[in-house]
Amino acid sequence: MSLWEYANPVKFMATSGRILPAFAVAAAVVTLAGVAWGFFATPEDYKQGATVKIIFLHVPAAMMAINAWAMMLVCSLIWVVRRHHVSALAAKAAAPVGVAMTLIALFTGAVWGQPMWGTWWAWDPRLTSFLILFLFYLGYMALWAAIDDPDTAADLTSVLCLVGSVFAILSRYAVNFWNQGLHQGASVLRAGAVTGADTEEKVSNVYAVPLFVSMAGFVLLFIALVLLRTRTEIRARRIKALEARARMADA
Amino acid sequence: MRALLIRDIRLAVRAGGGFGLALAFFLIVVVLVPFAVGPQPDVLGEIAAGVLWLGALLACLLSLDRIFALDHEDGSLDLLATAPVPMEGVVAVKALAHWLTTGLPLVLAAPVLGVLLHLPEPGFVWLTVSLAVGTPALSVIGCFGAALTVGLKRGGLLLSLIVLPLYVPVLIFGAEVARRGVEGFAVGTPLALLGGLAAGAVALLPFASAAAIRINLR
Amino acid sequence: MPELGKYAGEVLAAYGGSIAILGGLVWLSIRSGAKVRARLRAMEETRK
Repeated sequence: MSLWEYANPVKFMATSGRILPAFAVAAAVVTLAGVAWGFFATPEDYKQGATVKIIFLHVPAAMMAINAWAMMLVCSLIWVVRRHHVSALAAKAAAPVGVAMTLIALFTGAVWGQPMWGTWWAWDPRLTSFLILFLFYLGYMALWAAIDDPDTAADLTSVLCLVGSVFAILSRYAVNFWNQGLHQGASVLRAGAVTGADTEEKVSNVYAVPLFVSMAGFVLLFIALVLLRTRTEIRARRIKALEARARMADA
Repeated sequence: MRALLIRDIRLAVRAGGGFGLALAFFLIVVVLVPFAVGPQPDVLGEIAAGVLWLGALLACLLSLDRIFALDHEDGSLDLLATAPVPMEGVVAVKALAHWLTTGLPLVLAAPVLGVLLHLPEPGFVWLTVSLAVGTPALSVIGCFGAALTVGLKRGGLLLSLIVLPLYVPVLIFGAEVARRGVEGFAVGTPLALLGGLAAGAVALLPFASAAAIRINLR
Repeated sequence: MPELGKYAGEVLAAYGGSIAILGGLVWLSIRSGAKVRARLRAMEETRK
């Protein structure tokens, strides 16, 4: 029993088909619970008013936007090194999910920024990096869409993903260097912030618990969507193979 | 490899386009800017460094798809792949040829065009230096993008979409050097970062480009 | 419905927009999944 067994599409399809419903239900329940808890049952912030409720969408989406790219990077590496097709297809399947998460993070950020900072958009390092990440996703997906041969497409997009990751990180620090920002630092996952031990910038417990539920929900949602989309990609690949075989038989 | 370099430069210079085209494009962009933002010298002077960097970057982008496309069409890329030169070397030489025919003229033209945009006096040196350090990186990164899209019919637009995000760090540091130069601040930090970035790109990206070419020729 | 105060518009827009994007993504994923699945089933059957 090892992870590599799932490189076999048949094995992957069997297992993913079994666990997908569970993940789908869990994702729906936990995401809805987290978001609804955040929306209906949290108090207003003394400073930010009701806009603080946007955090339950903004932070999980931003987290998953980055994690989706990280997952694509790992899958691309596995494809380049071990050439497991499932891995390449999983990377392809994750990209649109990552784009959606990036869009949500940018959109909710803009709506949140308007009342709090007085502007929809600022050329702040974090915002700018996210916009650049969005462009990377677009380029990656466009390259997938442009190449006919699936193995060539998988190879080239993997190379792009590897190089792109390096440049995305470089951009992150370049942008930091370029402009100081309005955006507050990451205060969610600092232990002190949750227990309330350090600064006043902390995310207080009233918000932290539903936020963690919502984050867990987004993780589950991401897993469920990627499983579903990977299954679709594998089936599409099988259709292609069957079509090619039929053409061979005709010829 | 030297023969390949000379051949590529000759092709670029003689086969109309490439060589003069990028320069002409750069000139036109710079001429259009005052029409768009107005002719006030102080406004132009303030944005001159950034405009020149952006213009150079776009001019560089313009000639990228020629790096491999022509060789791919007439089959000489396949010959190069079987030649006793490593693919990495071929890619590096092609990037060098691209820089010599586009990047270098742009670097030399930038100060002249800086006059048109009322670039403040202290900026000239640092603008030229930043472009001289940055444009090789633009050529190698662009070469990588060209290698990825070499087999595609309508690769041009896709090439821009892939390459432009990769240009972000170079543009940031390069324009920062020029801007600080204009304002008379110390340029050491961004210049060192730009240099490091360029050196890293020149050293490592040919391997990625060569891998992409091999995949495309399979 | 909780009291959202003067920021009701922003909060509702953020939630509405995000739910629309997520819903669209889920719907597209499920629909394309179903389509591909149906096509594959049809192909497997004609092959037998």
